[in-house]
Amino acid sequence: MLSKKEKKLIREIWERLSPVAEDIGADALLSRGSAHLSSHGKKIVLAIAEGAKDISQLTVTLAPLQTLHAYQLRIDPTNFKLLSHCMLVTLACYLGEGFTPEAHAAMDKFLSAFAAVLAEKYR
Amino acid sequence: MVEWTEQERSIITNIFANLDYEDVGSKALSRCLIVYPWTQRYFASFGNLYNADAIKTNPNIAAHGTKVLHGLDRAVKNMDNIKATYAELSVLHSEKLHVDPDNFKLLADCLTIVIAAKMGSAFSPDVQATFQKFLAVVVSALGRQYH
Repeated sequence: MLSKKEKKLIREIWERLSPVAEDIGADALLSRGSAHLSSHGKKIVLAIAEGAKDISQLTVTLAPLQTLHAYQLRIDPTNFKLLSHCMLVTLACYLGEGFTPEAHAAMDKFLSAFAAVLAEKYR
Repeated sequence: MVEWTEQERSIITNIFANLDYEDVGSKALSRCLIVYPWTQRYFASFGNLYNADAIKTNPNIAAHGTKVLHGLDRAVKNMDNIKATYAELSVLHSEKLHVDPDNFKLLADCLTIVIAAKMGSAFSPDVQATFQKFLAVVVSALGRQYH
């Protein structure tokens, strides 16, 4: 699904942004209309950054989060799409021209795969 | 009917007042063709779309992107009646161009990303929400005459 080049692009972007994970997470969540979620946003972004380090191992990396989302949180998967979109917008704001169409495409694919893995245990 | 606050109206007019139509239009359309490659099916006659670089430098795509963006001016000038404003264009896209209306949202999302990249931190959550509300109304109007 994701080419070697795309995986590298994604890894690099998240490596670069890990120091500002808190800000990105807060921005992405705020865009959803929520308010008190700055630390929660950081948690989410760090989980995504972790997944980006070795995309071929997503199912292994996310196993505990899969269980959490399926049996406890039961977040409606539509919300994953909304948050992914806000994440892309936030990345565009931070990276400007650096968020090229290629990076955008790769990131969109990655976030979709991430969301799909997260929802795998739902049914 | 869609209600707009004074703040929302001013956010939209400001975004469009400061817009470089050639730059943003071409970027938004080429981004859509790159990120969602199936949309290329509507541009078979536009020349070389073989890879991202070809798409980014294709003059037909650039011109068309600019045209589409100027098409949004109509909505900016008629925010209280966007549905009627796009009735004809909706028929065109349905009967003549046969564009699947799901694609309107894809282009809208790409335009949002391009504007976000330009505005950086000025593209706050409030601005984003307003801009997305505006585009959602446009997208809905364009899909209205499909049967």
